[in-house]
Formats: sequence, C-alpha cells, structure tokens
Amino acid sequence: MFKNIYAWLDERLGFDDLYKGLLDRPEPHGNWWNTLGSASLFLFVMQGVTGIFLTVYYTPSPDHAYDSIQYIMNGVAFGWLIRGIHHWGASLMVLVVFIHMLRTFFSASYKYPRELTWIVGSLLFLLTLGMGFTGYLLPFNQRAYWATVVATNIGGVVPGAGPFILRALRGGTDVSALTLSRFFSAHIWMLPAALAALIGVHLYLIMRHGESAYPDADD
Amino acid sequence: MASSHRISRRDFAKFVTAALSTIMGAAMGIPVIAYLIDPALKVQSSEAWIPLGPLDGFPEGTPKSFSFTRSNINGWEKTVNSYGGFIVKKSDSDILALSNRCTHLSCSVNWSEEDNAYTCPCHEAYFDMDGGVLDGPPPHALDHFETKVEEGDLYILFPAVPSHGG
Repeated sequence: MFKNIYAWLDERLGFDDLYKGLLDRPEPHGNWWNTLGSASLFLFVMQGVTGIFLTVYYTPSPDHAYDSIQYIMNGVAFGWLIRGIHHWGASLMVLVVFIHMLRTFFSASYKYPRELTWIVGSLLFLLTLGMGFTGYLLPFNQRAYWATVVATNIGGVVPGAGPFILRALRGGTDVSALTLSRFFSAHIWMLPAALAALIGVHLYLIMRHGESAYPDADD
Repeated sequence: MASSHRISRRDFAKFVTAALSTIMGAAMGIPVIAYLIDPALKVQSSEAWIPLGPLDGFPEGTPKSFSFTRSNINGWEKTVNSYGGFIVKKSDSDILALSNRCTHLSCSVNWSEEDNAYTCPCHEAYFDMDGGVLDGPPPHALDHFETKVEEGDLYILFPAVPSHGG
C-alpha cells in the first residue's frame, strides 16, 4: 500500500534520482570534523524556526521590545524555551561555523577546485556574524543598547566614510527607534535571505565537487 | 528462516534514527503548539466588586452619578478604561445601579433634572429614572450593575449586565 503510493509519487517527483544524485555519495574518511557543515545547516534551520516563532510575540519598537520579551519569558507557555534555544543557538552557530571554517583551512579543503566554496563560505561566516550583531540589539535592554552604540561607533572610525557608515547603520545620528527597526528588518529578512541564497550556492558546490579527501603524507 | 529474527545493522540504524526523530519532534512540537495557542487558553475574569462608599452618601429619590476605572492587561499592554453610572436609591433596600452607557452607540448619558430623564447628547435619546427607554433610537433599557451592601458600604458588580424590557 505505502510502497504503491511511494512508487506513484516517485515516478512523478523522482525522489530516488534526487537521493542518488545529491545525498548518496561516498564519504572520503569517516571523520566527525566533516559533520560541522551539516551542523551549521541544522543550526541555521533551527534559528530560522525559533526566530519565526519569536516574531509571534516580539514587537520591534522601543516602547514594547523589552516588555514583549519579558512577556515571552514569563507570560507565554514555553516562551523561555523558544527564546532560550534562539539565544544559545545563536552563540553555538557562530562557534560551529567558525570551527567548520578552521577545519576547512587545516585540511586544505579550500584548494582547487573548491576556491569558490571557500569564498562563499567566508561570506556565510560574515553573514552569521551580521545576524549575531543585529540580533543582539533586539531585546533593547541596557546591554543591547550600549553594545550597539559601541559597535556602530567602530564603523564610524572608518577613514573618510566613517560618519556616513555610522548614520547608515543607525538610521540617523543616534541609536533610536529607527536603529531598532532597521536592525530587526536586517535580522529577519535581509540577512536570512542572503544566507539562504548563499547556503544554496555552497551546497550546490559541495554536491558538484564532492567532499575533499584529507591530505596524506605525500601531499 | 532463522535470519528473520535478526536485524541488520542498516535497519537498526534506520529504526533508531526514526525513533529518535519522533521523540525529538514531539519534544519540540508540543511546546511550540502550547506557545502559539497560549493566549487563547487564558481567559481573564474581569468580574469584580467595585466599592462605591457609604450607602448613606447617596440621596433618596434622585440619581447620583459615580465613576470608576478598570485596567486590562493583554500581554505586555495595559489599558485603563473609565466607566460610570447612576445610583438610584429609593430606600435602603431598593437600590438600582445603572450604567451611563447609552444602548444605542455607547455615548455617556447625563441625568437631566428638568426633563426628569437621562438624556444622551449624541442622538437625543431619553431614558426614565429606572433606565427604560422614553424616546429616541436606543434598542433597549440602560444596562445595570448587580449591587450589594456590606457594613453600610455599597458595592456594584462589574461588568454591567443588560436590563430586560424597556
């Protein structure tokens, strides 16, 4: 019965071909360090899902941001769990993506023909840091506010364009309601869209080239 | 078929993966559903006895106005609403507490001594002293509050309930 349904669907959708073409490929050596890319992808999806659920109650306005998060933590059933996963998952994602990058560097996996995978991966790392940077402001407590004041000031000391970068980041001269709403927009729309698109490119390149073998003593 | 009781390494791995995924899915799925429907499960009871002070303070035979505020908390948002009405005391045991909210479009009605009626400034509605409709567009009589007297103090039960007739 289920086999018949599966066969009917597979004839039209081609699951088996997809599976063979995309996922059923040989691993060079069984090595746990090679799982960090999948772990990064899993964390991205988890951050996406918990983030979507947080927007049910979160309000990106200076009047309500802090109170709405207090409500998520204390008023809503399991709100502490959803926000806790998003909070710790954010730190974990930066860590896992960075270790994934170190692994690629030390195993020399960035070399021909995988230079583009490395470049796209570097952009993915920067976007991950951008997610952390914009997400840090959203609770709008004292720590978030002053961290953003300091971090945007860092952009402000760029020679020449500094003052403009500062105003562009803050949406004006001060960290204000405009800063909060543009960080929110970047955090839930722009950066995730860019991340998802580049993850697609990254995965395509991995499927195209396969995983790299570890260099041995002769290399 | 001695091998039919044996399970291959691959099948074992598949089974364990499926079982763990199911447990993790349930462990996350149930909190997520609870998280989403949580506000729908919290029914706020807004009923409360509002103290209006000593019963002796209300004159017999003529309506005396009162007002009070109630705060309402939805999530992190607190709203404060004002309410008002009239106490019509005919004797210490015959007390009527009327809402001043016109049953037509919720304007506040005022007691008019010269008309001997509550008048609504919005659409020229008139209600008699007990809240019944005398003239104008209101569909029914003014709402009223339940009352009680404890140790000489008058209390009304919020919210107001519809009066029948009129």
